[in-house]
Parts: sequence; structure tokens; C-alpha cells
Amino acid sequence: MLKVENLRLGFTAGKKTLAAVDGISFAIAKGETFALLGESGCGKSATAQGIMRLLPAAGRILNGRVTLDGEELLSLPEADMRAYRGSRMAIIFQEPATSLNPVLTVGQQIGEMLARRLGTDGVEATERMVDLLRQVGIADPERRLTEYPFQLSGGMKQRVMIAIALAGEPELLIADEPTTALDVTVQAQILDLLAKLQAERGMGMLLITHDLGVVARMAHRIGVMYAGELVEVASREEFFTRPRHPYTQALFEALPDISRRDVSLATIPGQVPALTAMPAGCRFADRCQYVMPVCREQSPQWRESAVGHVVRCHWQGESVASNGAGHGITEQDLTPGRAFLELADLKVHFPIRKGFLQRTVGHVRAVDGVSLAISAGRTLALVGESGCGKTTVGKSLLQLIQPTAGSVRLGDSELVGLKGKRLRSARRHLQMVFQDPFASLNPRLRVGEIIAEGMGALGIEAEAAAQTAAVAALLLQVGLPGDAVDRYPHEFSGGQRQRIAIARALAVQPELLICDEPTSALDVSVQAQILNLLKKLQSELGVAYLFITHNFAVVEYLAHDVAVMYLGRIVERGRAEEVLRSPQHPYTKALLSAVPVPRLDRPTQAIKLPGETPSPANPPTGCHFHPRCPQAMDVCRQRYPQATDISATHAVSCHLLG
Amino acid sequence: MMGFQIVVLWSDVLIWLLVAAGVGVGFLIANNPPLLAAWRRVGASRVGMASATVLLVFILIGLLDSLHYRAQLESKAGQKASYAVEVLSVLDALAVPLRSRNEKTYSEPFATRLYSKETIDVPGQGSVRDYPRLKYGGKHLGEREDEVAADAGFTAFRAAGLAFVGWAMLAALAAAVVARGSAMAEASGWQRIWRGETVFAWDAVLITFGFILLCIVPLFWLAGQYHVFGTDKVGQDVLYQVLKSVRTGLIIGLVTTLVMLPMAVLLGIVAGYFRGWVDDVIQYIYTVLNSIPGVLLIAAAVLMMQVVIDTHPEWFSTAAERADLRLLALCFILGITSWTGLCRLLRGETLKLRELEYIQAAQAFGVSSWRIIVRHILPNLMHIVIISLVMDFSGLVLAEAVLSYVGIGVDPTMTSFGTMINNARMELGREPVVWWSLAAAFSAMFILVLAANLFADAVRDAFDPRAT
Repeated sequence: MLKVENLRLGFTAGKKTLAAVDGISFAIAKGETFALLGESGCGKSATAQGIMRLLPAAGRILNGRVTLDGEELLSLPEADMRAYRGSRMAIIFQEPATSLNPVLTVGQQIGEMLARRLGTDGVEATERMVDLLRQVGIADPERRLTEYPFQLSGGMKQRVMIAIALAGEPELLIADEPTTALDVTVQAQILDLLAKLQAERGMGMLLITHDLGVVARMAHRIGVMYAGELVEVASREEFFTRPRHPYTQALFEALPDISRRDVSLATIPGQVPALTAMPAGCRFADRCQYVMPVCREQSPQWRESAVGHVVRCHWQGESVASNGAGHGITEQDLTPGRAFLELADLKVHFPIRKGFLQRTVGHVRAVDGVSLAISAGRTLALVGESGCGKTTVGKSLLQLIQPTAGSVRLGDSELVGLKGKRLRSARRHLQMVFQDPFASLNPRLRVGEIIAEGMGALGIEAEAAAQTAAVAALLLQVGLPGDAVDRYPHEFSGGQRQRIAIARALAVQPELLICDEPTSALDVSVQAQILNLLKKLQSELGVAYLFITHNFAVVEYLAHDVAVMYLGRIVERGRAEEVLRSPQHPYTKALLSAVPVPRLDRPTQAIKLPGETPSPANPPTGCHFHPRCPQAMDVCRQRYPQATDISATHAVSCHLLG
Repeated sequence: MMGFQIVVLWSDVLIWLLVAAGVGVGFLIANNPPLLAAWRRVGASRVGMASATVLLVFILIGLLDSLHYRAQLESKAGQKASYAVEVLSVLDALAVPLRSRNEKTYSEPFATRLYSKETIDVPGQGSVRDYPRLKYGGKHLGEREDEVAADAGFTAFRAAGLAFVGWAMLAALAAAVVARGSAMAEASGWQRIWRGETVFAWDAVLITFGFILLCIVPLFWLAGQYHVFGTDKVGQDVLYQVLKSVRTGLIIGLVTTLVMLPMAVLLGIVAGYFRGWVDDVIQYIYTVLNSIPGVLLIAAAVLMMQVVIDTHPEWFSTAAERADLRLLALCFILGITSWTGLCRLLRGETLKLRELEYIQAAQAFGVSSWRIIVRHILPNLMHIVIISLVMDFSGLVLAEAVLSYVGIGVDPTMTSFGTMINNARMELGREPVVWWSLAAAFSAMFILVLAANLFADAVRDAFDPRAT
């Protein structure tokens, strides 16, 4: 149906035009899902925008053909093109929060599409809208039509976006990272919805993603993009059983997984080449482990390795280097020492103020009675969906947010309520690595100054010479070149910046590093580098980690202990093998089954959770999870379950086990 | 040999302190490699350097006008020396012909006669109503009044030739400097400047300077024979007024920002960073201040100050000192009433910044609040400060015009763009219209403000580490 031939897109920078997408060709049949896979900066989104002809102002279509049912799209006048957008092909974007207009109701936004594409309005349109919302799984659609986007949750907004896209009854749906900004349980809902709608309507779908798990779940055929070129196209089965291109293989290798716990992850050295400095031969040559002289001279041609499986590589080899024997969890186990940091019944409530006099009318119970213990040299993963309060736990540990109640004991001293000098000296034992490597480094300080800041503030290495030496040693330790000292953060890539952030935290030799989703903003291959680094540092320095994340693959790879959080409380905690192998709480089970796995063999039927996390300002009575729990009983609606010990280390808060 | 007595006005002190501070900052920058690198980027910006050249000319005029003295009066031997009441500046001394050759009233640029008819006594004809001949403008032409265009054109051409020679000499000097700076290069210094290969934007500086010379040299040459910008109501040369206004404009722009800046930056950041009751108090202060009509507030303050000045004539030995104090007081009043906008802007930005992760990382290290403000917040607000400074600079130069219009601006004896525009305003309604005062003041102000804006733009770009 859709055919893209030799499409080249470029962006003008000054007088030059840099090709961001360089000659890619693929086709999508009716009812087929074609996935474009690749790391950020490979030209995936530019391809989608090029097909819709929605490139930003600096974007140019250099040459190539895009045909939809034999009709050439690129040569159409803009007025005719507008008729195509929405009615024959539609697009949904990554960030549901910004793709809806906040000052228009849902009904107005869907209605606009209906009026334009189908010419319906009035009662007829309302009926159609209600129907659409019902199709995308929104309960009580009549009421939702009159609501504004801020009244909807993230998953609901994405559903509305899908409804808008469907309003024009498109034949082709382009989904640009449709679930990247969503939680796993919601992601599972949206992916199921997309698959269902596609099957019903026989739509073609172009799915753009960086997540191999999503690909495994959704795609029929897969195209791997690297630096503006397609390097491999294969069917789903071929792709997951016999990936051919070294880049594809490296992507698989870089995934953290339970079977790789004891080995360091394969990483792809370097980064995607900049548009200004594209290598002449194969674009992957500089990062490829099988690189040959010919790779640097000429760009490889397409080669068919199996039916429907083409690859663009000079290397004819077959298999991946063996990924090491799968080690069990227990092998890596450390004997849990005495806990050096204990949280007891920690509560953080944010007041909701209203009215002229700012009276407190309620509380957001972000953290509502969390008890945890972290022992030296171990990794505790705090897992949960967004808004469950896991970041708040991390920050209140550091006293960046003042806890409302409860205690944080470090060794023998109580941290809550500490002030001034004593708090400062306590802080050198705990440090934090933040999620966004672009927001966590001051753009106006040089790397050396950033790393030395903590030493200066906490009075470690007061002498300038000793400080310089310490900074150099830290840079070496996190794998950055020594000349980084005098450079500014913007000169570094995301992964390198995260290394700087880690070096900054390590500068004061903390015993506990709180890592707040340190890899969620990074690409898979870079994530592997950072995870390797964290593991290496732990074995070298014996530092403990509190790893805050929503990514189960990372948890499986890294964690010794796991605590699962839901709505400000811990519902299940235990050693990693206990929680991950035999989860007891229905929420943990659902979370684990919702994670898309980058493998062919789909595990047992996923447990579908209805709805989304309720607001912590107004948590449900009884067990917080009961409105979404498939096994809810009467008692669940009445009181919150006590923690039940299953083993010495494994505790679950659920009435099913009580 | 005539003696003189140096007079130091308060505004002179401030101006020269600013110059000293500028030199001091220059030394600091020279010893700090990253800052030096940033300023090198400013130096590489063509627009930045072109506007800096223009600004430099304005500043030079302002500085020349900030060295004051009183000339010694002729006195008999043995008597104690006495000095003139009039306080003059070096600029006045350099521009004696402009200052002293006053006509009776309005005359057009390059005119040889007054702008209005008067009754003149012509010997042998009695009283005639005609345009009287100017005392100084085009005097050298004598009876050949219709040759003004040819004469002025020829003079301008000669002056332009001279300007070109002077420019070529300067360019050669620059080329020599460039050549010496990089002996290794194959091309000569001149070729490298011409192709724009130099690190410092010499080409922009030379071209701008060439334009300035081509304008200024003929202008001043002609100013010796004509009133190139015409004369005003009392016959004073408009070019001279423009020159004198530059200093007033610079003082209003610079001193006021100096008064306003610490207040706005400090209060804005403190309010945004500490939140809570500190924020409430500061917000209430600037909301209250903002809710009072600005002009009325300034008018009230200026009038009170006027009363104080009038009741204490013994404070001032000359009229210039009184006018000067009034100017400074105006700066302070403007500064105190105009910090709210920037403060509000900075508060909002600080609110955003304080939630960023690098601030939290610093807090996690136990870095003290003031250090976080100085190290992390202030540098990240500098672009806003620089932009609003320049906007305020231009705004203040314009505000002075408005205040002078209402009659509460600078002292009437002091020339400023505002008083020039104010005086010209009355003549806009007459037929034929008197346009030159307004046009001259407007163009000078336009060039000054535009150059300042462009320069600030270049500085901001160079100091943004992300834009490289």
C-alpha cells in the first residue's frame, strides 16, 4: 500500500544541507505493521515526518518517491496533501501531554477532525465521537467529550489521540513512539488497543520505536535504521531468531537481562556519527566489531540472507559471539550485611492549599509509610509506575524534601530533622544520580568544577592540587578522557554526561548512591555502558545503590533486592530472585507480565490491569490496589492489608496471603 | 596662558569609576581563560564588533564631555585669581566654534539665512521684511549665497578624501598588527583581513570605522562654515546639542541601570529561591510599587527633590553642579521605580531553575544557599539580565525624553535628547515645519540604542555555552 523508494531527507544548516535520512526504501502492505527500529538520532522520526510531509522549516525532501496506493505524495500540491493527512494517513506522537490542545475540549478536538474529513457535525458527529471513544476504550465517553485534556490521565490522552487519528478512517497509521512516555501497564493497554484496531480495520501501520520489546509484540516486519540508512529488513521471526547485521546483534546484546547478570553487557563503542561527519563507507564501521578494510571504503549493498530478510553488510558471518553462559541470580549474591540505612514508616505529605488564605484542604500522600533497609554493597531496586512516589522516597532520604513523619537512620544517627553542619556531614554518605543527564549538570560550569563542587562544599580535599588529582582520578574511574576537565557539559553526549553525574556523586565517597532512573533517558547501547559502569563501581568501591526505576530488565540485571511501590506504599519486597521469580502481590504479577519482552516466545497470557494509578491525593479506601485488582475481595475494600512475611526476606502486603 | 580650575561633578566621578571598573574587569578577564575565550567569541562576531565601534565613538564623546573645568577670568596682577561661572568640558573646548557661533533663532541645515522673515533696515531702502542673513552660517560665501550646494559638496568631497586617507592609514596599521600576530600565515595581514580570516573581526571594525570617518570628517569640516544640522530657537547649533546630549543619555542609561540592577537581581533571585514569606514580602513590595502610576511617582519624587535643591542654594557653587545633582537624583528615582519588571522576570526564572536537578545535586552536597545562588543560579540568569539591561538602557533614554516633556526631567540648562525633542515638539505644529532638531536627536538616539542592542546580542550569544 505505502511504498517509500530511495527517500532522502535533509536539514539545511547554514548553506549546507545535511542528509538526515539517506536513501531508504520500504513498503507496507494493508493490515501490516512495519516497525522502524533504531537509536535516537537515526532519522526515524524524520522519515515519518517526511512521509506526511510535515518536516520542520529547515527540513527538505531531497529526492525519492513516496506512493500511497500508487499515488505519488511528494509531488502533490500542499492543498491536495492536506486532504491526505488525517483521512488516508494519520499520525500519533510520542508525548500525549503536548499533542492535545489544552484549551479545547476533547469533543472539540475530535469534532474538528470529523467536520473536516467527513463533513459531519451536530448530533451525528457526537454519536460518531462517542463511538470512537468507546472503540479506544474510554469509559463514560459522553462525559469525557466535554472535558479538557488536563482532566485526563496520560494513557487516556494517548487514547484520545488515537481516536482523533482514527476519526478520519485512515488506511495508514504512523505511530511515532506511541508508548514511550507511558507506564508499562498502560503501555500494554495501548499496544493491545493499537493491535486490535489495526486488525479490525486492516490498517497499515508504521511503528517507530527504540524498544525491542514493543517490536516483538507488535511488528510483522522490522526495519533497522542506523545513521539515516536502513541496514536490515526482516520479518519478525527472522529478526528475532537470526539477526544478521552487527548493529542489530549488538542491540540485542546490549539489553540487560536476568541471564546476563554476571557478565558485563555488550556495548557499542562510540556513538551515532554526526550528520556533518558521515563516514564514507559503511556508517557503522567505526563501531562494528567485525569491521573489515572494505567497510571503510564502500557502502555495502543489499544482500538477501533469507526470503524477505535483507541486510546491508559486507560481513557474511552468521552468529553472534556467545553471550556467556546464563548465570543464575544466586551466583552473584552477596551475604546481606547489617543494614546501614534504615527507613521506618517514612511519610511525605504535600499539603494542597486552596482559597485566598491558602488553607490546607488536603494532602497528596506521595509517600505514605515506607520502611526499607539497605545494606552495604548491595543494590535495592525501588520499582513502580510513575507517580507512585519512588523519586520522592529518594529525595526525602537525602533530606532534599523534608519528610512529614517517620525516620531515616544512617548507622546510629537520625537524619530527619538534622540541620546545618550535622546534616551536611551526614550528606557525604548519601548521594544522588538524577534521571535527566541534560538537566542535572549546570551548563555554565566546566566539568572539573562540577565534579569538585561536592568536595569543596563538604570540605574534602581542600587543597587545590589534591582536588585536581582527585577529579582526574574520578574521570578515569568513570571512563572519561582526562581533558574533559576543562570542557563544558554540552560538549558531551547523554551517556557521557551521565558518567559525569556519577563522578560528581562519587567525589565525596558516599556509601549509598541513589540512582533515580539513570538510564531511562538513554539509548539501549548507552544504557548498557552505564549499567556496566555501575556494576564495576560497585565491585570496586563497595558502594550500595538505591536504584529507582520502572524498567524491569534493568532490575533483573542489577538488583539484589527489590521493593515494589504502589501509591506511596511498598506492596512487596524481597530478594530479587524471590520477587521476580515468584511474585506474590497481584500488582507485581501484573507489572511483570506487562513488560514487553524482546523475544519471540511470548510468555503466558499477560495480566491486563484496567485503569490507571489513582491520585495519591485521594487514594482508594482499603487496599490501594483494589479498584484495579483482578482478585479483589470484600475485605480489600475495607482495610489496608498488613505485611505478610513469606520468607525471612520476602514480605507482601496483600489480603490474599494474610 | 590662561589658567583653569578643575571641576569634578558627581556624575563625572561615577562615569570615571565605571571606566575604572571596566578596565579592572578587563584585567580580570585577561587572567581568566574561559572568560577570555568568551570575549574572543564576541571579538569574532562581525555585528558585535561593528556595533562596538559605534558605541565606542559615543562613549568617547561622553568621556570628553566628562572632564570639566572653569576657565580663569582675566584679572589684574596681584589680585586673587577668579574663575568663570560657566563650567566647561573638554568637549566644549574642542567644539568652541560650534558652541560660540550662535544665530538669532531657527535656521535650516546649510542655510545662509534665518528661517523666518524679519524687518531689517537696509541702507537706502528703509525697513524691508525679508529673511535676514545669518551671522555665521555660510559667511565665507559672502554674496554668492546660491553656491551653497556646490561649495558644501566640494568641501565634503575634500573632507571625504582626507577621511579615506586617514582610514587607509588605520587599515594599514591594523594589517600590520594582524601580520605581526601571525607571522606563520602565507597571506599578508591585509589579505587575511579582506577575506575575513582573522580571529578578531577586523573587517567589520574597519568597515564600520570607515563609514564613521566618512560621515564625521566631512560633517565637522562643514560645521566650521555652516550649521549642518541647523540651529534651534535661540540660535544654538543643533550638532553641538546632539554632542552634549550623548553624555546625558549615557548617564541616564548607565547610572540608572547600576542603581536598579543590584536590587532587581538580588530581590528576584532571593524571592524565587527561598520562596515562602520572603517571596511574599518581595512580591508585595513590587506589586505595590507597580500599582502606583510610574510617571506620577517619579513626578512626585522629582518635585520634592526640586524643592530641596531650591531651598539649599548654598550647596552649589555653580549652576552646572545643581543641574548635575538633579540628573543623578533623576537616575536614582528612575532606578528605584523601574526594577520591578526585571525582578519579576528573574523571580520566575529562578523558580524554574531551582527545581532543576543540578541545583538539587548541589543541595545534596550541602552547598550553602548563597553559594548555589552565586554559582548555579546567577550565571544561568545572565542572558536575561543582559537582554533586559539593554532594553532598559534604550527604554531609559526614551523615558528621559518623556519626563523632560512633562517638565520633570533633567535641568532645563542641561542638554539632553529629551529636552531637544521637547523643544522641537512645539515647532512641529508650525508651518513650514521645523524638523531638524527632532530629526537630529532622533537619529543620534536611534544609532546609540541600536548599537547597544546589537552589541548586547553578540555578547549574549558568545556567553551562551550551548551555542557553538
